[in-house]
Amino acid sequence: MKVAIIRFPGSNCDRDVYHTFKLAGGEADYVWWSKRDLSSFDGIIIPGGFSYGDYLRAGAIAAITPVIEGIKDAVKDEKPVLGICNGAQILAEIGLVPGVFTNNINAKFMCKWTELKVKTTRTPFTNMYSAGDIIKMPIAHGEGRYYNDEIEKLKDQDQIVLSYEGENPSGSMEAIAGVCDENGLVCAVMPHPERSSESILGSDDGLKFFKGMVNY
Amino acid sequence: MTLTEAESEYIRKEIGREPNTLEYGMLDIMFSEHCSYKSSRPILKLFPTEGDKVIIGPGDDAGIVELTDELALVIGMESHNHPSAVEPYGGAGTGIGGIIRDIISMGAMPVALLDPLRFGYLDDERSRYLFEYVVKGISDYGNRVGIPTVGGEIEFDATFQLNPLVNVVCAGIVRKDSIMRGIAPNVGDIFVLMGGRTGRDGIHGVTFASEELTTSSELEDRPAVQIGDPFTKKNVLDATMEALDKIDVQGLKDLGGGGLTCCVSEMAAKGGNGAIVKLEEVPLREEGMTPYEIMLSESQERMIFVIHPEDEDQLIEIFDKYELPRAVIGTVTGTGRFEVIDNGEIIADIPTGMLSDPPTIERECAIDHLSTDDITGVQLEKIGIKNPIVKEGDLKQTLLNVLSSQNVASKEWVYRQYDQEVQIRTVVKPGDDAAVIRVDDETAFTITSDCNSSHTKLNPYHGGAGAVAEAIRNVVSMGSEPLCIVDCLNFGNPEKPHIFKQFTDCVQGMADVANRYQTPVISGNVSFYNETEGVTINPSPAVGVAGLIKIKDVKTFEFKGEGDKIIIIGETNPELSGSEYQKLILGKVEGQPPLVNIEDEYKNAMAVLNLIREDSENNVTAVHDCSTGGIGVALSEMALSGDLGAEINLSWVPASEELDDFELLFSESHGRFIVTVKEKALEEIMDKLEVPAAVVGTVKGDSLVINGSLKIPLSEIRDTYHGVIEKYMA
Repeated sequence: MKVAIIRFPGSNCDRDVYHTFKLAGGEADYVWWSKRDLSSFDGIIIPGGFSYGDYLRAGAIAAITPVIEGIKDAVKDEKPVLGICNGAQILAEIGLVPGVFTNNINAKFMCKWTELKVKTTRTPFTNMYSAGDIIKMPIAHGEGRYYNDEIEKLKDQDQIVLSYEGENPSGSMEAIAGVCDENGLVCAVMPHPERSSESILGSDDGLKFFKGMVNY
Repeated sequence: MTLTEAESEYIRKEIGREPNTLEYGMLDIMFSEHCSYKSSRPILKLFPTEGDKVIIGPGDDAGIVELTDELALVIGMESHNHPSAVEPYGGAGTGIGGIIRDIISMGAMPVALLDPLRFGYLDDERSRYLFEYVVKGISDYGNRVGIPTVGGEIEFDATFQLNPLVNVVCAGIVRKDSIMRGIAPNVGDIFVLMGGRTGRDGIHGVTFASEELTTSSELEDRPAVQIGDPFTKKNVLDATMEALDKIDVQGLKDLGGGGLTCCVSEMAAKGGNGAIVKLEEVPLREEGMTPYEIMLSESQERMIFVIHPEDEDQLIEIFDKYELPRAVIGTVTGTGRFEVIDNGEIIADIPTGMLSDPPTIERECAIDHLSTDDITGVQLEKIGIKNPIVKEGDLKQTLLNVLSSQNVASKEWVYRQYDQEVQIRTVVKPGDDAAVIRVDDETAFTITSDCNSSHTKLNPYHGGAGAVAEAIRNVVSMGSEPLCIVDCLNFGNPEKPHIFKQFTDCVQGMADVANRYQTPVISGNVSFYNETEGVTINPSPAVGVAGLIKIKDVKTFEFKGEGDKIIIIGETNPELSGSEYQKLILGKVEGQPPLVNIEDEYKNAMAVLNLIREDSENNVTAVHDCSTGGIGVALSEMALSGDLGAEINLSWVPASEELDDFELLFSESHGRFIVTVKEKALEEIMDKLEVPAAVVGTVKGDSLVINGSLKIPLSEIRDTYHGVIEKYMA
């Protein structure tokens, strides 16, 4: 599995994801936002950060760059696509996952470790967990409150990937921390699995996200 | 203009004519206290600055020490007090931006930020406003650039109400063979300016920082505050890293205080060279800027690269990828002069050495003219008042009161707003004695910052010594040996003899402790003129210390296991003056503050370090130092973070004389550590300790039980300690 790690001006978790994806046994290359053709890759990760400074709205400017067309092609070709934090906001902005991530309920940036429940194991990123597993990952975002007009549909179609257990720090609907598209191949998560992939950092619960992708 | 008559005369004599307006402006900046350190330089010589591991000491943008065979730690510290008093959000952000650029200038990737902050008490509306927006400024800036904020400290005191202190430590990692300098070594090389455009912001920022503030400063001085842009900064960082990777860069320096004037003159002077700058080449943000404005602007996010002319195209290509404005603005010459050219006409011509090395000023030092406000412990003793401490109230309620004081209570409200984890290096997160940042699979560095300004006000020597001692205790508690010190010395107006005396005594205290540990001070910053409307801040020597550690040796302070034995190392003295307890009970700060016995301090710290290093079986389970709030606060923090209680007998606490329970619990004596160990190893460990140490209790249950009878449930401690700041900021 060789993935493209997409870089926008302002991306800042690109190196972290690169490091962790290699740790999980995969291969990765950085891809600058101006590249249109991603056909040589087997999967895509959009890392966290503040693409274009999050000016206007998180993900709004990244959504109109050439690389987005390449990502849409990859989705058509049924390749796995993972968006983490700002990457998740971008996937929601371009409509590859349903709903939106908007300002946290307390209107502040929030960085803390959270407990999360794995809600579905049908995605490549969660198929190494068991449904109902409680895992630890940190969040670090200002716009992570998930909102969706069609929440029942989301549940019916098994598109909730992760939900906060206990405290719901961003104030998300249904405490949602991650969602996927109908196929389960495009996944958007606000917590950072790459920050919880080595026990020295506090937990290695997140590594299976990447191992699952490598094994896909 | 802040040039003195003597300085103007010196200038006229040296260049043999009356300088023109532009030249006067350039000299005014470079002669300002902020750029020249003209008052502090002679005193700062007291600091030890050399050591086996020092690669670059003070004098450059940041200091550098060796970490491993391949890697080095780059570290610097900066203040942004005046701008933050006037415009807290922008002021704090650009403070971060400036120190990040200093680290990048050395060729390093910034990997950690810490923010020592000081404000008026939060009961005051303006203090809440400054606090909220300084923290937001730091959060929005640091988070966007992708550098984790891993620590800092916050102090509240009425003297900071109108003059808050915003200090920043930044640390970076660089390969030893890739270190850059701010130097223009070769005649014929070119200066390439890149990053943000040059605008009218920040003009006279450094001279504004070299005067006292007034209440009208908010309106009058706003144009002197620079406007930061973290998104551009992130691009500047990435583009710089890529350029250093691909191009043989000869010199690199950021534009901070003093703008183009400071940056170019220092690079040229350091290389023993001159420089030509062509003003018409500088990318501007607005039309119609005068040469004076262009040369003095402190617009943010700008860097200058010195390269061979043949590398120009390749460098420009990298900057264009990041869509950053860039231009070749001049050349390195052999004239030793800084020539500014505007469309072919030489409009300024000054020796570079004169700009970069202004004469120092010998300030008067005296304690004769003290106002009542400035009476220190020393004077109190002279007039016969000896530590007038009243002990009253019950012990439990007093402990809860101390835990809920703004200075002691949890600072979670602040650090939750900072990204602490980006770059996946943060092994120990904010809240412990120091952060632990991994360097490679085996190695990490620890980093912390400390200062007790109340202690320093009462006794500048021991306050300065104590700041260094406490910061070192913090890195030792994590299991690391101190590697280097950085500082940010925040004081009032140095032209006042008693302020300069405070400064001199404080530096002496810091230097004495640094010398005992043989730990060099490798970089720092002095911020004078922190006075507003007649109120002088508490002298605040904010000290950052970094330590080197093997990841396997890392200790943290939370209680780990029921049954572990609690040892206190170091003697407690009757030292309640200047303590948080005294502030709460007496509502004031007076007397002789805790004194640093440097020899005891050193021996106790080394005993703890050896204990940890020889702890191959992991028998030492937690280590914490004692500081603000004394043993009472330290034990509470260990219990809360481990979610485990303890049974303590205060009469077993090692003490220099017979003390009452209040003194034992709240004295802020230096040189003390609390260590927990597994019971099976207790005897062996106690035998090893050749410093004052005693077992004072056991980790147990879900309450803090003191002297068998006084029982405080952890839940009550937690409710008291948490949510204090939140309540004010809601």
